[in-house]
Amino acid sequence: MRSMVVVGGGHAGAEVVVGLRKAGFEGRVVLVADEDRIPYQRPLLSKSYLSGGTGPDELAIRPERTYADNDIELVLGTRVDSIDRGARRVVLSDGRSLDYEALALAPGGRPRLLPVLAQHGPLDNVHYLRTVADADRLREQWSAGRRLVVIGGGYIGLEVAASARAMGLEVTVVEALPRVLARVTGEVMSSFYAEVHRERGVDLLTGVSVVDAVVVNGAVREMELSDGSWLRCDLVVVGVGLVPNTELAAEAGLAVDDGIVVDEFGVTSDPSIVAAGDCARYPSAQLGGDLVRVESVSNAVEQARVVARSMVGKPVAHTGVPWFWSDQYELKLQMVGLSRDFDDVVVRGDVTERSFSAFYLREGRVIAADVVSRPVDFALARQLVARGQVLERELLSDVDVPLKQLLVTTAVER
Amino acid sequence: MPKIVFVSDTARTEVFAEVGQSVMQAATAHLVDGIDADCGGHCSCATCHVYVEDGSAALAPADADETDMLECANNPMPCSRLACQIPVTEELEGVVFRVPPR
Repeated sequence: MRSMVVVGGGHAGAEVVVGLRKAGFEGRVVLVADEDRIPYQRPLLSKSYLSGGTGPDELAIRPERTYADNDIELVLGTRVDSIDRGARRVVLSDGRSLDYEALALAPGGRPRLLPVLAQHGPLDNVHYLRTVADADRLREQWSAGRRLVVIGGGYIGLEVAASARAMGLEVTVVEALPRVLARVTGEVMSSFYAEVHRERGVDLLTGVSVVDAVVVNGAVREMELSDGSWLRCDLVVVGVGLVPNTELAAEAGLAVDDGIVVDEFGVTSDPSIVAAGDCARYPSAQLGGDLVRVESVSNAVEQARVVARSMVGKPVAHTGVPWFWSDQYELKLQMVGLSRDFDDVVVRGDVTERSFSAFYLREGRVIAADVVSRPVDFALARQLVARGQVLERELLSDVDVPLKQLLVTTAVER
Repeated sequence: MPKIVFVSDTARTEVFAEVGQSVMQAATAHLVDGIDADCGGHCSCATCHVYVEDGSAALAPADADETDMLECANNPMPCSRLACQIPVTEELEGVVFRVPPR
């Protein structure tokens, strides 16, 4: 029987197996995942799952029955140890092997370790956040009045900080760069979110890093910062980025370069192996074919649909623009596109009203947008970015000119 | 478990939906084509846009967030809804949702 194997049980892997069925594939479909849990919504772990609004049973992307109803085999709690490309076969950690006609790699990534803490080995009160198990372990130490130090002022760090404040923890955020969210957004958003967190009682330190730690009985009690100050802590969350899980692909001899390199159809350097999700490095249509690796659920899901089509021989190119969201306090931040190499930023709306958008332009073209609590702007921003629309900054910044009108005007001109 | 129906130009899917989940979740659990639900049900993406073809009286009206989001869906009509914002109740028995063409 024809057989497809998918490695990785995150958003991408879960969508590939479904995509194969939606594309009409009737042979065997197997999903192999190292976590012992059906695919779940990872973004909630730093948001409503930590602040208690979402329970463990509400995390599943699709109910377990859906996989059974569609003859999708789930092999959970199991790793793929190696790929035999010549034989088109993967070997699993339980010793079994699976033959494939096409293989999808969606192994995601793992949290980047912080050497100054990691050198002590596992520590009882140091947490990284990627899996439900990580979040559950963190929640055990999650109680009002405890002193939490968050290392890293990216999305994960700031979302954890917001969830912790909601639960009454005392929170310090330590960011090594001069501003929070520095790698993912412009200065307008960074300073806005810094102010929001400080207003909510977060002690936000930028431009400093942890240089030493006092470990007593397997737990960090105090950390020294690069400015010579010391921070006492009951628990620590480290959110300093993700390392793509490329080892399996590299050992199989596939092209790897900070991610598994794929073409616009998600196909790796081996035509019968595809890759999708956080670990895939793909040519971005918006960036003129430059290779990018994007950590985003929307991107993972869209790539997954693309690679499922490639696996069954009905290829469609991946052209979508990645988007992201981040919930902090009552604010809903939504972002679309990659805000790099922009030459102009246009703010629409009132920052002090906490409902505004920042549009990033390059040579007059909208390449990305960050939107705070303006859902209509966001939906239209996605269309503007997808089209790479050229807009006058005066029109874009004028809230009395509906964005929809700008979109329509241009469509008619075409 | 009320039976709800999803129709498109090419398919008709009858689904026994669990009370308490959303119409979007009922659709994705049954792999209904055209209901992508990229954001996982957070009223953030309008990729679960449906037209309520038959039985709109059984539904609670859309709130302000949903109405805002619907403005940005493709070809919104007065009968447009976001499936993620419709809770499944027994009253939904027989309601038909049309999935818009791409």
